[in-house]
Amino acid sequence: MNDVLDNLDVFLRGFRTTVSLTLLAAIGALILGTLIAAMRVSPVPPLRWAGATYVRLVRNTPLTVVFFLVVFGLPEVDVKLSFFRFALLALTVYTAAFVAEAVRSGINSVPAGQAEASRSIGMTFSQTLRLVVLPQAFANIVPPLASVFIALLKNTSIASAFFIFEGIQAMNQLIQKFGDSVLPIIAATAVGYLVLALLSAFLFGLLERAVSAGR
Amino acid sequence: MRSLPLISALPALALVLGLTACGGDKNNDKITTPVAKPSFAAGSRMADLAAAGKITVGTKFDQPLFGLKGLSGKPEGFDVEIAKIIAAKLGIAEDKITFVESVSANREPFLQQKKVDMVVATYTINDKRDKVVDFAGPYFVAGQDILVAKGNPKQITGPEALKGKKTCSVSGSTPAATVQEKYGLSTSELLLVDAYSKCRDALANGQVDAVTTDNVILSGYVSEAKDKFELVGKPFSSEPYGIGIPEGQEPFCDWINQTLKDAVADGSYEKAFKATAGKVIQETPTLPEPRGCDN
Repeated sequence: MNDVLDNLDVFLRGFRTTVSLTLLAAIGALILGTLIAAMRVSPVPPLRWAGATYVRLVRNTPLTVVFFLVVFGLPEVDVKLSFFRFALLALTVYTAAFVAEAVRSGINSVPAGQAEASRSIGMTFSQTLRLVVLPQAFANIVPPLASVFIALLKNTSIASAFFIFEGIQAMNQLIQKFGDSVLPIIAATAVGYLVLALLSAFLFGLLERAVSAGR
Repeated sequence: MRSLPLISALPALALVLGLTACGGDKNNDKITTPVAKPSFAAGSRMADLAAAGKITVGTKFDQPLFGLKGLSGKPEGFDVEIAKIIAAKLGIAEDKITFVESVSANREPFLQQKKVDMVVATYTINDKRDKVVDFAGPYFVAGQDILVAKGNPKQITGPEALKGKKTCSVSGSTPAATVQEKYGLSTSELLLVDAYSKCRDALANGQVDAVTTDNVILSGYVSEAKDKFELVGKPFSSEPYGIGIPEGQEPFCDWINQTLKDAVADGSYEKAFKATAGKVIQETPTLPEPRGCDN
């Protein structure tokens, strides 16, 4: 137990990267995912097709494979970024597929009359989506988005196998050094993720109440 | 390379191809044959194991040359052969050995909970570990070295020269801890992954400047691609690999040490080495002095 308490700074350094990967990838995935959902409901068939293909391809690929393709595939075509950016890219691309599906279900939950009414007063497709449909859609999908982002938090652990020092690597480093307290170190890592996940769930809970109060 | 960007980028595939290649030239000469009726003092650990007729061994499944579980489904390597030698002396046949994957994170728990009878898994003996488990051996001493791109473009001559460069190693390994603690590499200078093959690929495409771990592993990569990599060739640590057993089994530990000596005498130690790690290391090592079982 002392080995854990004496090395909280190692855990903190690791989990700081876990948090920044999660936050940045969440923002990226939210933007990319919303764009893909918009493509999927757009009136232009090629866009719909492209959006659906993206979701089908990415959602059905294991995250580890996505990481392999990004981290080892991109340098082959001379795209060389820092490993942190590679990890961010892999997590964003992967999570965007799940965000897109959540957003699409939110869009589908908005009664068709809403979109028809906006079109009939002369709004364009993008105005309809931006001003009328998406705000209502997002209010409906806070709980599924929370699940997607909590999954993202835990998915950042895959980056530990791809050059990123985060929570899991901090754990590995301490296990290596303190072979006599492996289980306390693993338990402490679990607590670290648990605290972060509960915190996100709490924040999403607040958000859910805020958006439902607004209606 | 350029014509097949994705395929050449997939280390997993390279691994698969490498393994098939290894599987092809595998000879089936048995290195050891189980002793017909070994006799041990009643109530000893050896007697128990011999009577049970089976043994559970923790080993690595992803460590080339030492413990690698390939397409054959059976782990292969020097660690595996050492385990077979010990089992044979207990009268236990190869097919009665259950190999369990033990990575760095579960070696001590497995021994403490007696999920395995022993661990032979490139397991460096150190004091922290010795507090919770016992070590027989060492049966091999590796040395940490540095792998760089052919021609050594970054002029890396030793571990001191790694500051300010990008070095790759495996997360939670002794070599990673050494360059971190002794040579002061920060987390932005030391990049860690879960398997050395990834380090090798990152070095090949220039994403890192150096790879560091035990020389045996690095030699394997040089022998695979002499035109791409070279070894700095100045080992700067000594990693004695021991056989982990649960605490408080001193007679078993002494017996393993004697068994290792016997294996050198009857040539099975050398045969085991030649069939595995000896494929990349020319000379067979001499068995290190046992460290004694009373600590």
